[in-house]
Amino acid sequence: MSLAARHLEEAGIPTVVVGSARDIVEQCAVPRFLFTDFPLGNPCGAPYDVPMQTAMLEMAFDLLENARYPRTTVQTPFRWPTDGWRANYMRVDESKRGELRAMGEARRARRAAAMRAAPPAAGSTPS
Amino acid sequence: MDSVNPEQRIFVSYIDKSREYYLAQGDGNPYRWAYHRDAPFTPLRKPLPEARIGLVTTASLLEGDADPEIDSIPKVVYAAPVEPPPQRLYTEHRSWDKEATHTNDLDSFAPINRLQEAAASGRICSLSTRFYGLPTEYSQSKTNEIDAPELLRLCREDRVDAAILVAL
Repeated sequence: MSLAARHLEEAGIPTVVVGSARDIVEQCAVPRFLFTDFPLGNPCGAPYDVPMQTAMLEMAFDLLENARYPRTTVQTPFRWPTDGWRANYMRVDESKRGELRAMGEARRARRAAAMRAAPPAAGSTPS
Repeated sequence: MDSVNPEQRIFVSYIDKSREYYLAQGDGNPYRWAYHRDAPFTPLRKPLPEARIGLVTTASLLEGDADPEIDSIPKVVYAAPVEPPPQRLYTEHRSWDKEATHTNDLDSFAPINRLQEAAASGRICSLSTRFYGLPTEYSQSKTNEIDAPELLRLCREDRVDAAILVAL
């Protein structure tokens, strides 16, 4: 998404990226970034919280109107009610290693089958 | 643990987390995330109350009520009408925190209704008649050389003045 924002911006269309993966977006470097410190999935506001969603959209508008320099990040003031998600998401610990290894093997097998069925075009990297 | 630990970085590093996660899955070649030292910048050319806004999402369209097979979803850029807004979009194939939250409310990740309200109130001139879907790709060259140019073409076709791009 950050790469697409850069492409639009280079072509003359101002953009604002709205998201919660701060390191990924900032490492890619985008013109304007509205960051909310939420678990991934609701970067535009908590589900069904219309006032929060309206306020966050207004902050995105404000960035479009008032950012003067590229790589401008603004953080919204909203907090997720708990913090356990920070450690839980993509957690890797000893109890999960067997399960994760099996997930990886299943994914690689699925990908290999898909590649046999439809080899990728030259120059592309399969995901 | 259900609190932050100020002895460590409080913001989650998804680059660190995904590297460790996929290493544990046996993928020995960590993903190299896009990195740039600088970013382009185009000032808004007209006041927002005169501007048409485009919305870009990484979610996918659903055909019918049934969830699709994850591998069957086309990895292509699409455009779809904002009116009527979709009842829901498909997000299960994207990486987000499925334990901590949900995506049952469209406006929590693709704020079509909130943008329509902004147009009705005069904060923006209009929401583009179509919203745009962009697949997330392992291949940065596919994003740069195929998907982003197609997104630009669609935005130009719809005369979008500024774009909001929401990453799930």
